[in-house]
Amino acid sequence: MSDAAHAHDEHGHHAHPTGLMRWLTTTNHKDIGSLYLFFALIMLFMAGSMALLIRAELFKPGLQLMHPDFFNQLTTMHGLIMIFGVIMPAFSGFANWQVPLMLGAPDMAFPRMNNWAFWLLPVAGVMLLGSFWLPGGAVAGGWTMYPPLFIQGGVSYDLTILAVHIMGLSSIMGSINIITTILNMRAPGLTLMKMPLFCWTWLITAYLLIATMPVLAGAVTMLLTDRNFGTHFFNAAGGGDPVMFQHIFWFFAHPEVYILILPAFGIVSQVIPTFARKPLFGYASMVYATASIAILSFIVWAHHMFTVGMPVAGQLFFMFSTMLIAVPTGVKVFNWVATMWKGSMTFETPMLFAIAFVCLFTIGGFSGLVLAMAPVDIQLQDTYYVVAHFHYVLVSGALFSIFAGIYYWLPKWTGHMYSETLGKTHFWLSVIGMNIVFFPMHFLGLAGMPRRIPDYALQFTEFNQIATVGAFIFGFSQLIFLTVVLKTIKGGAKASDRVWEGAEGLEWTVPSPAPYHTFETAPVVK
Amino acid sequence: MKSMWQRAALVGMMGAASQSALADYAYNLQPPVSEVARDIFHLHNLIMMVCIGIFIVVFATMFYSLVKHRKSSGHQAAHFHENTTVEIIWTVIPFIILVGMAYPAAKVVIEMKDTSNPDMTVKITGYQWKWGYDYLNDGVHFYSTLATPREQINGTAEKDPHYLLEVDNPMVVPVGKRVRLLVTANDVIHSWWVPAVGVKQDGIPGFIRDAWFKADKIGTYRGQCAELCGKDHGFMPIVVKVVSEDDYRAWVAKQKGSAQAAAADNGKTFSRDELVERGEKVFQANCAACHQANGMGIPGTFPALNGSKVATGPIAAHIGIVLHGGRPGTAMVGFADRLSDAEIAAVVTYERNAWNNKMGDAAQPADIAAARGAVVAAAPAAQ
Ligand code: HEM
Ligand SMILES: [Cu+2]
Repeated sequence: MSDAAHAHDEHGHHAHPTGLMRWLTTTNHKDIGSLYLFFALIMLFMAGSMALLIRAELFKPGLQLMHPDFFNQLTTMHGLIMIFGVIMPAFSGFANWQVPLMLGAPDMAFPRMNNWAFWLLPVAGVMLLGSFWLPGGAVAGGWTMYPPLFIQGGVSYDLTILAVHIMGLSSIMGSINIITTILNMRAPGLTLMKMPLFCWTWLITAYLLIATMPVLAGAVTMLLTDRNFGTHFFNAAGGGDPVMFQHIFWFFAHPEVYILILPAFGIVSQVIPTFARKPLFGYASMVYATASIAILSFIVWAHHMFTVGMPVAGQLFFMFSTMLIAVPTGVKVFNWVATMWKGSMTFETPMLFAIAFVCLFTIGGFSGLVLAMAPVDIQLQDTYYVVAHFHYVLVSGALFSIFAGIYYWLPKWTGHMYSETLGKTHFWLSVIGMNIVFFPMHFLGLAGMPRRIPDYALQFTEFNQIATVGAFIFGFSQLIFLTVVLKTIKGGAKASDRVWEGAEGLEWTVPSPAPYHTFETAPVVK
Repeated sequence: MKSMWQRAALVGMMGAASQSALADYAYNLQPPVSEVARDIFHLHNLIMMVCIGIFIVVFATMFYSLVKHRKSSGHQAAHFHENTTVEIIWTVIPFIILVGMAYPAAKVVIEMKDTSNPDMTVKITGYQWKWGYDYLNDGVHFYSTLATPREQINGTAEKDPHYLLEVDNPMVVPVGKRVRLLVTANDVIHSWWVPAVGVKQDGIPGFIRDAWFKADKIGTYRGQCAELCGKDHGFMPIVVKVVSEDDYRAWVAKQKGSAQAAAADNGKTFSRDELVERGEKVFQANCAACHQANGMGIPGTFPALNGSKVATGPIAAHIGIVLHGGRPGTAMVGFADRLSDAEIAAVVTYERNAWNNKMGDAAQPADIAAARGAVVAAAPAAQ
């Protein structure tokens, strides 16, 4: 606390660097929030272009554009970068901007560490992207990195392991900051159970990160020593077990998929009440539901592994516990619907994205329930059904909530209103495009098309062509998003303090744009 | 939000399609030909119906308020923000629905896992990138590789109807028999998946997992490897031919005959031209996927054989690599248990005389047999 106050004083009394140095050395939560968001935006276009290359190759059967090995590099890097380079940094950007503003705090608890947490990311990003130019190309073993396949790769595999370590370090530093800020720096009177839901979801997410990132670090370190130092953790010939990697990996990666969605729940829970002009329905049960999802996420990891051949008892346990997660998730959806019920709704772009989130995320949730049934999963796992499932939760879930959040807070951040026409165009093209890409993939998966293949049998042609067309619609409509953001930063209609009629919370009590330093004296919450 | 309704309609279609008449179209689970696959099909239908039902109820409510409770139509916001009774109801009801779904699902899990009392057992081994089959009761052994010609893949020839789903040697099983599968892998993890019989089982190097099926309809059923296993993961199909008991017996007899012929080959001496000619076929089937038909390999990943130190160096080292694989950790695995002595002799000879490698020498089956023996003796010392 006193540290933060001190850092803050320093800013008040000395001129701070400008230009490039301002961004390199900044300890201001708003600058750092912007950095995270820009990083995520750039990475979105990188990983998005890879997705379009993948879809272009899959436009028709046969190998057209690339070698299978390069195809595998693209799917792997697309996945890794979308997860670690787009969704997670974007959410961190929101946390940096919004958590202090929502809590009435002057900055994050550890501003200097905050700077470090961000600047590690571009380092890791360059390592990942640069590995395309190494001998043998980038990592091609899937973002899941299963050995023994992962042991076979070239030098970029070692580089990727290092990049994963660095990104994990960054996440842990960010999480410590968020937890400390939320627990220690709330304005007087702002009890935990009055705190905006976005802060709650990030608090829980940050704990998930701290619990799981070391597990990932352990798993990839074991890969690294297996690859380079003759250990045999995952090598059966040396007494190891390849399936052990999967257990460790998914013990990290299942909670990780909730890391990718809980902050989205938070954003949507801020946006919907604003445009329904009605308080969030069931605030307390939202908090409990979020916490139960987080806790349950630690006992269901092996539902990603039904096909490795588990004993009956194992399959049944993981099937039942996975199904259980549907209960709190359902509660959340019902609460959002009840918030809209008897509201006084308007449909600005953030609200449109939030509504699309609720519907489409639910479709992703339902396909998740289908996959939870172990026998059905045996047919569907590692097919395009799974690709459809996780893109419904990641694209129309995580990514759409990010769009909703950007449109929602951009006027607060920049002081300018975005163009509602462009925003709505972006919305409709994205929703339509997104469904054209991913809905047919359910059918492809059911009919038996495996995932991660560069070429396919003839009966899968039509749906693949539809998906590819959708991908290009979705991909290119993101250029509209880029335009909206850049235009709004440059100028536009002046935004008021309380940008949205129905907006509640401390962030709407400060001017737009939010001044470089806010809450020099803590506001009091009744 | 019109697209929502279209989607709902599509989901509905998918449910209706499960009533078998439309089931041949490639947008639903493949028509099942075993008890387990049928149970999975029904389980999937059940869950789909439940999901569609819930979806309609919840989103009809939501769309009602989207239409009726909008500010532009003058609706004033109410101020309620909790209701314990409602919240308890919508926690408990889904829970009960889930329990209702868990019961039939658990029954199928138990059925799938019961591999007892098989009529026959087949050991299946995944390799990069082919499948090996060992019939433990009938002593048949063979490999099964993609049969689609490269020209079709590269687009210079017309693709046939079973493009990418055709193999040289399909797995053959009798109809109506419980077949126990022992699945493993030799290099990386693969997954043996044939949707119509309801089996997907990972093959894990160093471990053996079992699964079973009993096909109740004569026919040809196709599947693919379902675990990312490297470059040619997409080119690793599986074909199961379910035949009558008599046809199965006849097939076993024929397989044994060709195994004897192969064994006889191992005892022969061939001319260099014979070896080169046969070696080219072996090369295309086993080596060209990585080293390429033109011997140029893939720079950075797979070494070129044209002009390589191995293919133009001492022949013993060359034989050693083909038998036992390359450096640990590379994708080059040994072919000692995958190819016969005659085949290895042929392919080594081919590699040494093809492209610009005009070595002019040859390896004979007897050389390979000797090289095998040498390593068996040396192995304990190396440990
Ligand atoms: C333009 C939008 C997108 C398109 C067209 C797209 C398309 C694809 C395709 C075709 C695959 C390969 C599937 C396979 O063969 O297994 C894939 C994989 C994947 N995508 Fe996306 N994607 C998009 C956006 C996203 C986003 C926003 C995320 C967010 C995290 C994401 C996460 C992933 C992941 C984790 C994988 C799995 C990678 C792996 O198999 O190792 N994608 N995507
Ligand atoms: Cu495979």
